[in-house]
Amino acid sequence: MTQVPDENGRFGDFGGRYVPETLMNALIELEEAYRKYSQEPAFQEEIDYLLKQYSGRETPLFYAERLTKHLGGAKIYLKREDLNHTGAHKINNAIGQGILAKRMGKGKVIAETGAGQHGVATATVAALLGLECKVFMGEEDMKRQQLNVFRMKLLGAEVVPVVSGTRTLKDACNEALRYWVSHVQDTFYILGSATGPHPYPMMVRNFQRIIGDETRRQILESEGRLPDLIVAAVGGGSNAIGMFYPFVEDTSVKLLGVEAAGRGVETEYHAATMTKGTKGVFQGSLSYLLQDAFGQVLPAHSISAGLDYPGIGPEHSYLKDIERARYAPITDQEALDALQLLSQTEGIIPALESAHAVAQVIKESPKLASDQIIVICLSGRGDKDVESIMGYLGGDPS
Amino acid sequence: MNLMDQKFAELKAAGRTALIPFLTVGDPDLDTTVELIIQMEAAGADVLELGVPYSDPLADGPVIQRASERALTSSVTIGTCIDIAQKARQRGVKIPFVLFTYFNPVLQIGLEDFFQQLAAHDISGLIIPDLPIEESAQVLELADTAGISLVPLVAPTSNERISRILTNARGFIYCVSSLGVTGERSSFHEGVEQFINDVKSRTDLPVAVGFGISNREQVERFSSICDGVVVGSAIVRKIEDTIPLLTDSERREEGLLQIREFVAQLKV
Repeated sequence: MTQVPDENGRFGDFGGRYVPETLMNALIELEEAYRKYSQEPAFQEEIDYLLKQYSGRETPLFYAERLTKHLGGAKIYLKREDLNHTGAHKINNAIGQGILAKRMGKGKVIAETGAGQHGVATATVAALLGLECKVFMGEEDMKRQQLNVFRMKLLGAEVVPVVSGTRTLKDACNEALRYWVSHVQDTFYILGSATGPHPYPMMVRNFQRIIGDETRRQILESEGRLPDLIVAAVGGGSNAIGMFYPFVEDTSVKLLGVEAAGRGVETEYHAATMTKGTKGVFQGSLSYLLQDAFGQVLPAHSISAGLDYPGIGPEHSYLKDIERARYAPITDQEALDALQLLSQTEGIIPALESAHAVAQVIKESPKLASDQIIVICLSGRGDKDVESIMGYLGGDPS
Repeated sequence: MNLMDQKFAELKAAGRTALIPFLTVGDPDLDTTVELIIQMEAAGADVLELGVPYSDPLADGPVIQRASERALTSSVTIGTCIDIAQKARQRGVKIPFVLFTYFNPVLQIGLEDFFQQLAAHDISGLIIPDLPIEESAQVLELADTAGISLVPLVAPTSNERISRILTNARGFIYCVSSLGVTGERSSFHEGVEQFINDVKSRTDLPVAVGFGISNREQVERFSSICDGVVVGSAIVRKIEDTIPLLTDSERREEGLLQIREFVAQLKV
């Protein structure tokens, strides 16, 4: 398999750099700086140090024995990204880009956030590294994730409410990009997912690949072999691509991304980009996209703010087209059920995003033999969602 | 030589600078857009930018974002935007049109169909703000074949990219006055004159400036150094403010006259 992306940021047909001219030199400088510093051992050492001593890596690969028995199929392991500092995999990337911003001499960082996890991770790293931080967040998401808004403010970041368009993650990204166009000379944009113009999809993947690299080592230690199936939730797709990437060449390992079907892929209320989308250019790259016949981007819907996004990272589109990975939709209700099941069988309350991956495993596991192995990327913990889950379940979990 | 090239040649011979207004097609509705185009020409517009409304206008500030949202509520598509050019021609409008659109709507029509439609509807130029030179090879080839000018944007941050952009430029060069998105401004990028002069010294094509130019004083300032001045958000805002008149059948003429006067006073 050839290395992707190519020098133009292409993953097969996908990716590229579709941005206003004002940003082009900034993206080129970013790519050059990233390539230069990532060759320097001191840069990687600084990242490794913070991942270990600050975020608490490596994260465990936990055998979910009770869940395994309950489902009665393959052996299920959980990659515990939820145990990272700030509660999700987002910190892996925020640390990497934060250190890069510092090396590039940029004292100000901006970020977009949906569920608030990437915003919190960026605000955290900005505090740690002494950077000024602004986080763009859709007004609708600010309502859904009030605790994370407050958390970012506690960390010293400014949260900028986004009132354009759908007032969710997609418009937060637009607003962050617009702000960046105006402040490109002194500001670093810490993009949170494996989306956007080149070099972001490549760079974010590389900062997140530690998830898959650790998983590979850990499963070889505990089982002496690679897993049969790896499952991860996909919004923009950063935890999934970080988990998948080190296994792409291992064709015995099936890769399965799980997207949000919201109220069902047959309704208008979903975020099932792979199931229902078509190829389009959105926020800087060519990928699958939820859009109408005239190229207008459609609003997405998911119970989970982190998956509520009409686009997807270009490398996922590539993996789908070359049939290296498969993508399946999970509804809001299935995710809620899975969240409760994992909470009650393993004592782990997952983020709603991660619950989508668990829900898909509920479907997959019984089809597999007991000597087969599934790894779920448990990308985040559910603390941020407890209040909204209480709303959905009427305060009475069954 | 297409209609826009002829226009710039005439203006050059007359020693004049082109006034290039922008409007969002379908804001507030398609019928009004045709009337507004007629008014713009009457007010002295030399070239007109027809903006295709888009759900995610990355290069645009709040004024044009709102215009897009208004237009999209009545299901305006890129196809209806192209048709508008022909409707205006049927009403006797002579000035050249430039279509301003984000790339995704173009991609969804299909590039070949798109250029056939532009040519068939007498649209002279095309601006795609999210299509940098790295991604534009195929579009440029098809545009050339169809006789449509693919007008590039050059930004104050373009630096060493400028010569590559100019090599592939057609129609005119669109210099971005400032870092940032579209919208009215009181100040511009420091050294904007030097930036424009630098671009001018390296091309034989007309050089226009846009982004943020919103009043007569600013038009005068840039007219002295440019071949064209684009006024977008200020006009779109004026249209927005005039919607109550434009959508009231009894006061529509009054609204149209206000827009015409606003554009006319920008003419240097």
